[in-house]
Amino acid sequence: MPDIKKPIISAHQLTKQYGNNTVVNSIDFCVQQGSCCGILGPNGAGKTTTLRMLMGHVLPSKGQLSVLGWNIPEQARAMRQYAGIVPQQDNLDPDFSVTQNLSVYGQYFGLSAAEIQERIPKILAFSALEQKADARVTTLSGGMQRRLSLGRTLINDPQLIVLDEPTTGLDPQARQLIWQRLRQLKNQGLTLVLTTHYMEEAERLCDDIIIMDQGCILEQGAPRELIERHIPPNVVEVHGVDLELWHQDVAAQFELHSETIGDTRFYYGYEVAPFLQALNDNPELRYLHRPANLEDVFLKLTGRDLRDD
Amino acid sequence: MINITELLQFRWIAVWQRHFQVWLKQIGAALIGNFGEPTLVLLALGYGLGHFVGTIEGIPYLTFLASGMVCSSVMHTSSFEAQYSAFTRMNVQFTWQGMLATPLDVQDIVFGEIIWAASKSLVTVMAIFIVAAGIGAILTWKVMLALPVLFLAGVCFASMAMIMTALAKGYDFFLYYHALLLSPMMLLSGVFFPVSQMPELIQHFVWMLPLTHTIALTRPLLVENTLPDLSAIALHLGVILSYAIVCLSVALKLLRRRLYQ
Repeated sequence: MPDIKKPIISAHQLTKQYGNNTVVNSIDFCVQQGSCCGILGPNGAGKTTTLRMLMGHVLPSKGQLSVLGWNIPEQARAMRQYAGIVPQQDNLDPDFSVTQNLSVYGQYFGLSAAEIQERIPKILAFSALEQKADARVTTLSGGMQRRLSLGRTLINDPQLIVLDEPTTGLDPQARQLIWQRLRQLKNQGLTLVLTTHYMEEAERLCDDIIIMDQGCILEQGAPRELIERHIPPNVVEVHGVDLELWHQDVAAQFELHSETIGDTRFYYGYEVAPFLQALNDNPELRYLHRPANLEDVFLKLTGRDLRDD
Repeated sequence: MINITELLQFRWIAVWQRHFQVWLKQIGAALIGNFGEPTLVLLALGYGLGHFVGTIEGIPYLTFLASGMVCSSVMHTSSFEAQYSAFTRMNVQFTWQGMLATPLDVQDIVFGEIIWAASKSLVTVMAIFIVAAGIGAILTWKVMLALPVLFLAGVCFASMAMIMTALAKGYDFFLYYHALLLSPMMLLSGVFFPVSQMPELIQHFVWMLPLTHTIALTRPLLVENTLPDLSAIALHLGVILSYAIVCLSVALKLLRRRLYQ
């Protein structure tokens, strides 16, 4: 028997329109069991609408969608018994302590008091909130609230967790801890779907990336694959006095692909050692040599214009 | 529309439980409010005004007033809970959003809110009954029959209020409802004086309102030896129930649209 993992999510021609405005435009994708799938895109790309459709909170205009084997939106209620959601904006209950937040949330799933009491200590440990068990939620820091939001989704022992920008607004330490925990969950076999603006977050956590813009999927695949497909392995960012002059006189002969963004020119290439040597000969220029990353792919595909909408 | 099958899964009880647990945390303040205000009003108006009025329609004024007040308190308590408190949970604390991430649906949340609002108004009812009994305004044990009637009225007023919550963008919006509907109901529906004192046109109008029917059902239950005939009871209950069902359906339709887009 070949080892074929069953898809946890499969979407076919999934579409959402508000009037004439198509927010999600006929997208197809699958998420395999035990994988982490990241949905990337500029503001207004349709990421959150897609997540909300997965959970049955936005009714698709067209297309088929199945999550954990349930038809969505018809069976969304039954599906949510086995899923967890970490929203963009924390909605912990400010009237309750950390422990009470967990137990009340367990009641929403119809869990017995015994099940809830058994899971709470594990969740407190997972969220590193043992010391704060009886603290009111309003006294917790942003990072702690985020950890509690993530821990809270474990109360029903879910198979799938959906996270909308899980680390937006957190300090570096808090982000690191969330990343660790997400990897831990993935290693336990949970399936994760997340949206993010942070490319390094997607690169670190995700097995699969979906890049969306204006409601369409532009590209999907493993992070390394996407980078190799679109960008040569070496990137050199150069800025400094008389950069354009130097580019015409010196850099042009290396025949590297390049583009200018603001005051910086990005050079992309396979073999860049001679080019770096030339750069070292010019003390007026400063440069950064780095491997190609997902952000390069993202910007190449979605353009470099500022998105304010 | 109301989905009876899902309602009978009783998942909405978890929503009620959550509100009850929050209420327990501030039970001291809640009960002082529940007992304090009716005591003051009954003492001030009942004794002060009652001294001049004596009896209305053969009922001692203190009893007349207590029965009217208990009904208007149900209206105010459940309306307030289904508007200000529910709106806070929907749009400020995003408690509903958290609930929707679980197997709970909009209907479970809204129905849980409405039953909770009615339960909370029943606490107010009991406080008023205890105070009223203490000062001799309640003349019979028949008053216990008023509890289910007033619970149903609480469901009715909460359902009406929930329509406004579904449409509200902010708290100020509720002032229209309070100024244009709740205040007229309180002053015209027979809380302080009988409806029959009003001009005929206003009488026609107030008999279309649920508070008038709630009072008509409740008032005889505080007095010995009086009971309206069965057809009148059926009419009053029918009006209250119809308001509840129609308004709940409308509120659900609006809130599903608002929350599910």
